[in-house]
Amino acid sequence: MSLQLENVTLKVRGETYIDEANLQLDSGSFNVLLGHTLAGKTTLMRLMAGLDTPSRGRVWLGGRDMTDVPVRQRNVSMVYQQFINYPTLTVFDNIASPLKQAKVARAEIQRRVEETAHMLGIDHLLGRYPQALSGGQQQRTAMARALVKDADLVLFDEPLVNLDYKLRESLRVEMRKLFASRDTVAVYATTEPAEALALGGTTVLLKEGRIVQSGPSGEVYRQPCNMEAASLFGEPPINLLAAEIAGGECRIGRQRLPLPAAWQHLEEGHYRLGVRPHHVSLAPLATGETLCLPVQVRVAEIGGSETFLHMTHDEIDLVAHLGGIHELAVDQALEIHLPCAEMFVFEPDGELLLSPAFPATAACA
Amino acid sequence: MAEIRLAQLAHSYQDNPSAPEDYALRRMEHVWEQGGAYALLGPSGCGKSTLLNIMSGLLAPSEGEVLFDGKAVNALSPQQRNIAQVFQFPVVYDTMTVFDNLAFPLRNQGKPKATVEARVREVAAALEIEPLLARKARNLTADEKQKVSMGRGLVRDDVAAILFDEPLTVIDPQLKWRLRRKLKEIHQRFNVTMVYVTHDQLEAATFADKIAVMYGGQIVQFGTPRELFETPRHTFVGYFIGSPGMNLLELEIVAGRAHCHGIELALPEAWHARLAAQEGARLQLGIRPEFVELVPADEATLTGRVDLIQDQGSFKIVDVALTADPTQLVKVRVDEYTSLAEETLGLHLPEAWMRFYANDLLLEISDEAV
Amino acid sequence: MKPYNNKAWWLVLPVFVLVAFSAIIPMMTVVNYSVQDIFDPSTRYFVGTEWYREILSDPRLHDSLVRQFIYSFCVLAIEIPLGIIVALSMPRRGLGVPVSLILLALPLLVPWNVVGTIWQIIGREDIGLYGSLLNGLGIDYNYASSPRDAWITVLIMDVWHWTSLVALLCYSGLRSIPDVYYQAARIDRASAWAVFRYIQLPKLKNVLLIAVMLRFMDSFMIYTEPFVLTGGGPGTATTFLSQTLTQMALGQFDLGRAAAFSLIYFLIILLVTWVFYTAMTHNDDKG
Repeated sequence: MSLQLENVTLKVRGETYIDEANLQLDSGSFNVLLGHTLAGKTTLMRLMAGLDTPSRGRVWLGGRDMTDVPVRQRNVSMVYQQFINYPTLTVFDNIASPLKQAKVARAEIQRRVEETAHMLGIDHLLGRYPQALSGGQQQRTAMARALVKDADLVLFDEPLVNLDYKLRESLRVEMRKLFASRDTVAVYATTEPAEALALGGTTVLLKEGRIVQSGPSGEVYRQPCNMEAASLFGEPPINLLAAEIAGGECRIGRQRLPLPAAWQHLEEGHYRLGVRPHHVSLAPLATGETLCLPVQVRVAEIGGSETFLHMTHDEIDLVAHLGGIHELAVDQALEIHLPCAEMFVFEPDGELLLSPAFPATAACA
Repeated sequence: MAEIRLAQLAHSYQDNPSAPEDYALRRMEHVWEQGGAYALLGPSGCGKSTLLNIMSGLLAPSEGEVLFDGKAVNALSPQQRNIAQVFQFPVVYDTMTVFDNLAFPLRNQGKPKATVEARVREVAAALEIEPLLARKARNLTADEKQKVSMGRGLVRDDVAAILFDEPLTVIDPQLKWRLRRKLKEIHQRFNVTMVYVTHDQLEAATFADKIAVMYGGQIVQFGTPRELFETPRHTFVGYFIGSPGMNLLELEIVAGRAHCHGIELALPEAWHARLAAQEGARLQLGIRPEFVELVPADEATLTGRVDLIQDQGSFKIVDVALTADPTQLVKVRVDEYTSLAEETLGLHLPEAWMRFYANDLLLEISDEAV
Repeated sequence: MKPYNNKAWWLVLPVFVLVAFSAIIPMMTVVNYSVQDIFDPSTRYFVGTEWYREILSDPRLHDSLVRQFIYSFCVLAIEIPLGIIVALSMPRRGLGVPVSLILLALPLLVPWNVVGTIWQIIGREDIGLYGSLLNGLGIDYNYASSPRDAWITVLIMDVWHWTSLVALLCYSGLRSIPDVYYQAARIDRASAWAVFRYIQLPKLKNVLLIAVMLRFMDSFMIYTEPFVLTGGGPGTATTFLSQTLTQMALGQFDLGRAAAFSLIYFLIILLVTWVFYTAMTHNDDKG
């Protein structure tokens, strides 16, 4: 069953929470809502579930207008940030609860609960009570309860946020596999760009109640429709520089650089350049054109195999994500090299003009 | 400003602990040097918050001593130890303004008004909360409140150390970057010992000069982010540090030589001998996904089939199922442009990056032996 | 929001009926009485606001109103701080918790008229524990003859009876403060007073609001205890508003006047409660 939102708007006391949302989520798809806190992710999910009714617009599920159908009459399940289970029921009864409510035969309940528990790796815990479980196990129980009833729509509201970093990593991979063979519409809200990429599927970028862009995650990441989308989708966020093309030069601040061949066709005027942190290089590149900028080091954050270098150029904050370990002193002066082939060029109003050319994605991906 | 030494420290929440499992913290010796930026990293329940609370004086250890600059402080309260601590969830004094919140620890010490004013302004500027100074703390957003909580920790310039207990939990990822950067800058500016508890390896690695990885109530490794990454001394460190963690492959000894899933490893003789000497222990080969190289199938002894590709934007993670044992996955990190058309791939494991573990502990060998 | 159906109204209906019978209808009856002069069920005259004018200029009302305000003020001034102090000194964990909770709950379980009777005995200057003790100490105490002593006895009786309620409310409020606040305060080197002023008191505000309003309304309507203890005397020293009202309505069967009195009484309580509420919540949105 597919889910369709048509001009969905939610206003409460004159304040717009969701502004004209149009979305088509296909049956069997995995969709990530990506946005900052308070971007409207939870609100949009509540509208999808039917917990709230839009002030304007329609919600369609499998071709049926569900806008006015209350949540109890829809086949929807939801997993929350907090681990919500019935404390007085065992894990088995917790998972079985939606089936019991739907009056499914006992043998069938037994079979489906065991199957779902097995999928999530909690089959050995079925006799325990939620408080005797770790956080990861509790959240798996809540997920199993959401998955067991074969809902048309499963909503996840930042389900992994309260879990250990490592646990998140493994559950993310599991979620991908769980939904690969289902015809459910899955919607997953998160604030982390890396999570959206790791989960694959479709990404919907949200900002202040508006849908900025939606599409296959890799595509949205590589072809952001505007500056807003580019800076939402990336961690650390994309570097943005104001530039002027005039007199055969590219001017960034007081810096005057020869205009790269790739941008010769651009009209004279103001632009904004975007370059992702991992494309910033400290050494001149062997191939391709680059823009070279003098910068001052603000701080170097060193991870195990990588360095996040925060710098300023003319009061503009820049960040580079470098492979390897670079120990650089504060206030040290450096030159960075930005490969033109990897840069985004935006109109002053934020619309995308040029994006890096990417080879076709892997055949087996 | 102080060096913090943990001498024969152990803690149990039970009255009469006997088995090692009864201890939330197992006996340890450890030194945090003056002026360092440290992280205490581990999964939930590893004992890291217990250790932090023992250092700050909120909890009395059941065994051993905490020494500040060589002086035992077990009997001293947090006030007397002169410690600042920032908690996981924001703690602000609701009825006070942001300014009064920041000034509170200084006023409690009876600092002169001018000093208070100057110091509060300085810290507020460093945390970029100057525009909020006149606001009532209760009306702030969660991340603003957390900045205020941090500010109260930073405002005293005479503290022995500042302890952070997962302070960025409530902060948006985009903001985490800025705050982490702020903390690092503040550390460099104020030269104060900072210990930062987290379960997030990236947070730990970017904040700290040296990380103590905790597991099961013990510090299993204390080293720079680079050491933890390149040479984990315990398989847990290999697994926990790095995203994804280290690949761990079971080894067996066949006729005195190390084999991985039936294939003899190409290793110097000295290593085969070293590993064969450990026969009977659980032997594992560890290698980071970053160091595994994908080569055509006919150029390698170890081969596999692509099981899953995760596109992470700036790179991809490829899960390769070994031909010899398809349940064994090897994760390989490749750059964003790599496209994988072939069904079967060869895996090349560079010798320099292979690490060996016997019963989870790193095996070492001197360079001359190789 | 679009209504899907109207079934839910049926669920609310019993409450409407209940409220109608318990509050709205009696109140309307009182309003009705207050504008009429009633001699017998068939002989009644509409008198408009005459009863109100008469009541408002009645010195009996003025006297008992002043007495009532002083009394309620004293009740709040003693019981609220005392309740907070009791709550602060209660144990936070261990066996002491249930013991102190039970001890505090005891006075609340005693019926009003029994409280009056108890204090009637305790306060007696010849055999009462409290009365004879005071007289033994050389203090001339007799609640039956001295207006001052009677007034103080009623006040002490109320404090004995109701401070536990305030303490219990505050205790529950204090328990809801996360430990981490106290830890932070210790680290910030806050004094005990600062902890109270900046952590405990702000977190207690909501329960204190309830405590103040409950104690104000209750003490403003006090009837049974002084009635049992002193019958309103000596003189009119302990004749509070509700007793004046009862004397008027039952003693003199002056229904119209009593109804007007009731409404004025009701409005006073409403007004004062509203003032308390606004005063205690007004700075929530500031900042």
